[in-house]
Amino acid sequence: MADKKYRVLIAKPGLDGHDRGAKCIARALRDAGFEVVYTGIRRSPEEIAVAAVQEDVDAVGLSSLSGAHLQLFPKVLESLKKHDAADIPVIGGGIVPDEDIAILKEQGIQAVFTPGTSLADIITTFQSVCHK
Amino acid sequence: MAKHPKLQEWEEEVLGKVLSKFPERKKEFKTVGELELSRLGLPREIDDDYLRKLGFPGQYPFTRGVQPTMYRSRLWTMRQYAGFSNAAETNRRYRYLLEQGQTGLSVAFDLPTQIGYDSDHAMSMGEVGKVGVAIDSLADMEALFDQIPLEKVSTSMTINSPAAILLAMYVAVGEKQGVPKEKLTGTIQNEVLKEYVARGTYIFPPKPSLRLVTNIFEWCGENTPNFNTISISGYHMREAGCTAVQEVAFTMANGCAYVQSALDAGLDIDKFGQRLSFFFASTTDLLEEVAKFRVARRMWARLMKDRFKAKNPKSWMLRFHTQTAGHTLTAQQIDNNVVRVTLQALAAVLGGTQSLHTNSKDEALALPTEDSVRTALRTQQIIAHESGVANSIDVLGGSYLLEELTDKIEQEAEALLSKVDDMGGVVPAIEQGFIQRCIEDASYEYQKKIESKERIAVGVNEFQSKEDVKVPILRIDPEVERAQVEGVKTVRQNRDEAKVQSALGSLKDTAQGEGNLMPLIVDAVHAYATIGEISGVLREVFGEHRD
Repeated sequence: MADKKYRVLIAKPGLDGHDRGAKCIARALRDAGFEVVYTGIRRSPEEIAVAAVQEDVDAVGLSSLSGAHLQLFPKVLESLKKHDAADIPVIGGGIVPDEDIAILKEQGIQAVFTPGTSLADIITTFQSVCHK
Repeated sequence: MAKHPKLQEWEEEVLGKVLSKFPERKKEFKTVGELELSRLGLPREIDDDYLRKLGFPGQYPFTRGVQPTMYRSRLWTMRQYAGFSNAAETNRRYRYLLEQGQTGLSVAFDLPTQIGYDSDHAMSMGEVGKVGVAIDSLADMEALFDQIPLEKVSTSMTINSPAAILLAMYVAVGEKQGVPKEKLTGTIQNEVLKEYVARGTYIFPPKPSLRLVTNIFEWCGENTPNFNTISISGYHMREAGCTAVQEVAFTMANGCAYVQSALDAGLDIDKFGQRLSFFFASTTDLLEEVAKFRVARRMWARLMKDRFKAKNPKSWMLRFHTQTAGHTLTAQQIDNNVVRVTLQALAAVLGGTQSLHTNSKDEALALPTEDSVRTALRTQQIIAHESGVANSIDVLGGSYLLEELTDKIEQEAEALLSKVDDMGGVVPAIEQGFIQRCIEDASYEYQKKIESKERIAVGVNEFQSKEDVKVPILRIDPEVERAQVEGVKTVRQNRDEAKVQSALGSLKDTAQGEGNLMPLIVDAVHAYATIGEISGVLREVFGEHRD
């Protein structure tokens, strides 16, 4: 990995308790040399934005498997903006139907990962958004 | 050769009794080629080792099944977990499933309901009606079961922290239909311990949560004697990534905690012990799963008999529901999921499940469509009526390999259970993060094996193909949330507010003391207090658990 140690926040917005994926990705990123902060489950968009700012992260990864991504992911972007942190890139993942990916990207989510994505692809994407 | 006296005893005292009361489905069970199938395959010689480890179905230690005739008398209950959007939509899906030959209902609630928030709570935003049906008050529950006769259908409800509230609502709906509560059958999950380590819909800290569980055991014993008061669940820990051995061990450990907590409250083990039920996952690793189900039955029988000194054989029986493993479903080449689910369902049946949910092929993409749910149900019907495996008992029992695997899983699960016992039981083990660590480590190891292709996931890391077929999926209209929010406000406006406040006040008083909370919750529900209001009172008194 590059010389700079990137710092990322992995977060679970909303009420979804399925965090097998989020924890797995947190661990894979750590093994790949990132510093990772995991919020734990059931966080509001506002709590996530505040944590991102306080922890001074280079990127945020959001996970939701409950189908609430179209409502919750943009709310996190909104809260980041409110805290003057719109420059922190946000990546999403979970049970996201194909046609929603374009909608999320349009709203400013940098990339969206769906089931079956390899850890290697996820790590590469985090490296590239942090690097920008 | 003379019949072994133990076999004779079983035939006369266990099998004979049941056959005289419940005749089997057919006079003779035959293969397609007209060969007669024995009820139960047995070794040429029955020895002590056989009797100690396997025994006969319907008899301690129940390795071969909990009933002496198993599916020859009655097939497992085909119970598809379903719920989405609002009560009216879900009611329509239930009636469709019943028309298609489903034999029990299983309610999926949305996350706000499961976490004790009304639909208009800030944290509910975006989640209303998504992973299940939104229920705010008794009014929604009445609509959910409209025209569904509760005296005929058994209902399983996946509800944990607010289980007491939903149970009270179910009983109230039954009353309104004229069904006495003694006649209601079904199950509430009411299994909060696994929520802290896997599923995440906890509200209160462990201690008051266990009090609610015990209150329900006691109240059901007096009021709904045919209801399963808990579904002790390995499923979600397995889905979160643990192994089959860990699934059995941690489920046993949780079971012991509930039993101990009920004993500490002064309840009679042979009264509440018969209403405990279990819930496991079934993955595609067929032999390991079949062995696991057999181990679970044997371990629980021993725990109840030896550790907790239950006297009634019914208290020793581990009766369980199975759901096929959601984490094995792939978003790629989704038709392959039908094959995975078939193998998983077959494992559950070969393992002697009492009820079964088969996942639908599109669940790695969204909630299942009506068409894909029908295929999932048909999968069970094909196993039941075409495969022939339901015509004999514990079909694989006696296979050298299966018995070896059964012993191996048991040994490892026993060792892990002892480790948890040494930590002071499952609550300290959760507080120290032990269970969570085991699950996380296993899950990460599994994922690394997929990543390195040491483990093949067909269509995902091997045998990929280019797909550009558009799959129809079920979407929940955002309008549902808006309408549900309006609905709960209307309920609050139209009820007798004084009655609600008085019921909530009494609930608070009792929560601060030591009495059983169920009767107070029943009163509050009847007054149309909402789930958010009732949970709110308990949150105030008990505090909240945070991850």
